[in-house]
Amino acid sequence: MSLLEISDLVVSVADTEILRGIDLTVNAGEIHAIMGPNGSGKSTLTSALAGREEYVVDSGSMRLGEADLASLEPEERSQRGLFLAFQYPVEIPGVTNIEFLKTALDSHHQARGCEELSAVDFMRRLRELTKQLELDPNFLKRGVNEAFSGGEKKRNEILQMLCLNPRVALLDETDSGLDIDALQVVAQGINAFHRPTNAVVLVTHYQRLLNYVTPDYVHVMLDGRIVKSGDASLALDLEERGYSWLEQA
Amino acid sequence: MPTTDSSPESLVQREYEAGFVTDIVSKNLPPGLTEDVVRQISAIKEEPEWLTEWRLDALRRWTQMSEPKWAHVKFPPIDYQAISYFSAPKGDSPKSLDEVDPELLRTYEKLGIPLHEQKLLAGVKEESEQPQVAVDAIFDSVSIATTFKETLKDHGVVFCSFSEAVQNHPEIVKKYIGSVVPKSDNFYAALNSAVFSDGSFVYVPEGVRCPMELLSYFRINSANTGQFERTLIIADKGSYVSYLEGCTAPMRDENQLHAAVVELVALDDAQIKYSTVQNWYPGDVEGNGGIYNFVTKRGACRGDRSHISWTQVETGSAITWKYPSVILRGNESKGEFYSVALTNNLQQADTGTKMTHIGRNTTSTIVSKGISAGGSSNVYRGLVRMNPGAKGARNHTQCDSLLIGSECAAHTFPYIESRRSDAIVEHEATTTKVSEDQLFLCRQRGIDPEKAVSMIVNGFCREVFRELPMEFAVEASKLLEVSLEGAVG
Repeated sequence: MSLLEISDLVVSVADTEILRGIDLTVNAGEIHAIMGPNGSGKSTLTSALAGREEYVVDSGSMRLGEADLASLEPEERSQRGLFLAFQYPVEIPGVTNIEFLKTALDSHHQARGCEELSAVDFMRRLRELTKQLELDPNFLKRGVNEAFSGGEKKRNEILQMLCLNPRVALLDETDSGLDIDALQVVAQGINAFHRPTNAVVLVTHYQRLLNYVTPDYVHVMLDGRIVKSGDASLALDLEERGYSWLEQA
Repeated sequence: MPTTDSSPESLVQREYEAGFVTDIVSKNLPPGLTEDVVRQISAIKEEPEWLTEWRLDALRRWTQMSEPKWAHVKFPPIDYQAISYFSAPKGDSPKSLDEVDPELLRTYEKLGIPLHEQKLLAGVKEESEQPQVAVDAIFDSVSIATTFKETLKDHGVVFCSFSEAVQNHPEIVKKYIGSVVPKSDNFYAALNSAVFSDGSFVYVPEGVRCPMELLSYFRINSANTGQFERTLIIADKGSYVSYLEGCTAPMRDENQLHAAVVELVALDDAQIKYSTVQNWYPGDVEGNGGIYNFVTKRGACRGDRSHISWTQVETGSAITWKYPSVILRGNESKGEFYSVALTNNLQQADTGTKMTHIGRNTTSTIVSKGISAGGSSNVYRGLVRMNPGAKGARNHTQCDSLLIGSECAAHTFPYIESRRSDAIVEHEATTTKVSEDQLFLCRQRGIDPEKAVSMIVNGFCREVFRELPMEFAVEASKLLEVSLEGAVG
């Protein structure tokens, strides 16, 4: 069954058309990688899916399972299982990671009409996850992304993903700015998250993350369209040949 | 796409929950301010002659004074002759809780203020290990009840209404009244000195640590009246007291004046912790009605190693004009000011502090968090003065402003007057906005926009909230949430 179904999606920002008809089907259990040069529309796609206000859907549709995403508020999209790991996570000074995650998780549970996790279970889960992501336990008591290093911010995104356990995780250049050790930790996090019941969409410039997370499909975006799709070997081709051969195609 | 307006500014519509009126018969003095009115107030309270004269002197000084114009606030001229200067529920003053009008008791119940000694502040779970709180409840111009008096008396602590203190402890009142805020200190202080009605009085004897938090709850109910309470707290040598005050008023279309005076005196090694959660009616979205909160609060660290700390959470009032200050006279004395001031709609706040360093090795800390939303104006105004004798004095000031939306304003006026080259005065200031990015991060994680804004604002205020006693921290955090509450779109 498809978890994410995008058809003929046209999106503009400030009256400029950025996505010019995207078709993409993501099924449960799959990992998709979306690659492409700067300005090709990769981040526009994830922003539109998550519901950022300035990304206007002109036509086409996007569905998460049964739900029509365009009719949902950003928080409802999240509550129904759509997660976006940000390329540039912002700071929220004074709001601790614990408080932030508990508030987020409680909102999810309330929306689904199930009971909130007890503080004890919540903390136990959180401690496991910080350990798994090789984060200092004090990390949880710090303000959200407040004075975090680049690597910590990205690992924090993965922590939030593991904690909220979405159906579809969109990762927007989560690999950028990471050293090789951090990259491996992040990749392990993604692999730990990934199960036959959920799906991952990786947006990336480079092949290097794909050495650790093997995609089932690779899509190349150019100028607001998906111009080529293939299996993991396509990423290697791109690494070798760049994007120009596709532009000419 | 959803058409909801999710901009931060649309999320801060307040709902004022304490805006109801208690239906009760009051006896009011007719509007107007004359010597005769002052004599009548003094007579109702059966005051000694020296106090009547003290009031009359204040009135004479007041008539020579004019309103301060330097504050960054705007309001039409106040007609001081149109205000009634005394309003009290009709009937004899109650001797005990059983005699208090049930309608009044219900009012405090509705406001979550416990007047029964077994109860705790609303919003806090009743657990036996929770500290108890003694309450002085002031309704318009009179105190209607003070709880835990006997328990406190066992420790030698006096906690009663100001009027009672005048009757039972005249020598202490006479010694200290006006000694920190002189009656001609400023226009509003002079007005208060002439017409002050009730307020709280606290005396903590030498070496006593007050066994519970003391809470005064001020309620304005009558229309066309002002509230002019006066509070005096004296911490004798080596004593400690934590005092809290809260306040609310009904929603009315007219502005009402609240001009209070608070004086604190800390002797050698004494500590006073004074916390305020101010939630006077702020007026409506168009700026109609609301309380003018023109208050003079000052503490004197008279003794060596004494310590006075002001913590305030200001969310209410149409206009706030308030500078809780500390005079650091004792050597090694310590003054602190922690403030959260939130303004929304057309509220105006001009608030801050004065730290006057006189003694040697005196230290002061100022942490001010201003939050402006809607079309409001929020000013921090602070003065740090290092006198010539203040050898080794130090101050640290941190002053942060948070803007929600683009129609509001934040101003910072820090004044530093140092007459010592060795004094250390540090000032840090920041101004930030609740950004669309922060809001979107929260929403993408499933948090609705209102909760997100309130969480972001609470985070911003964290440093101040942790200075509040636990009961009040819960209250303050809830109040911020309510103040920021509003329909999305």
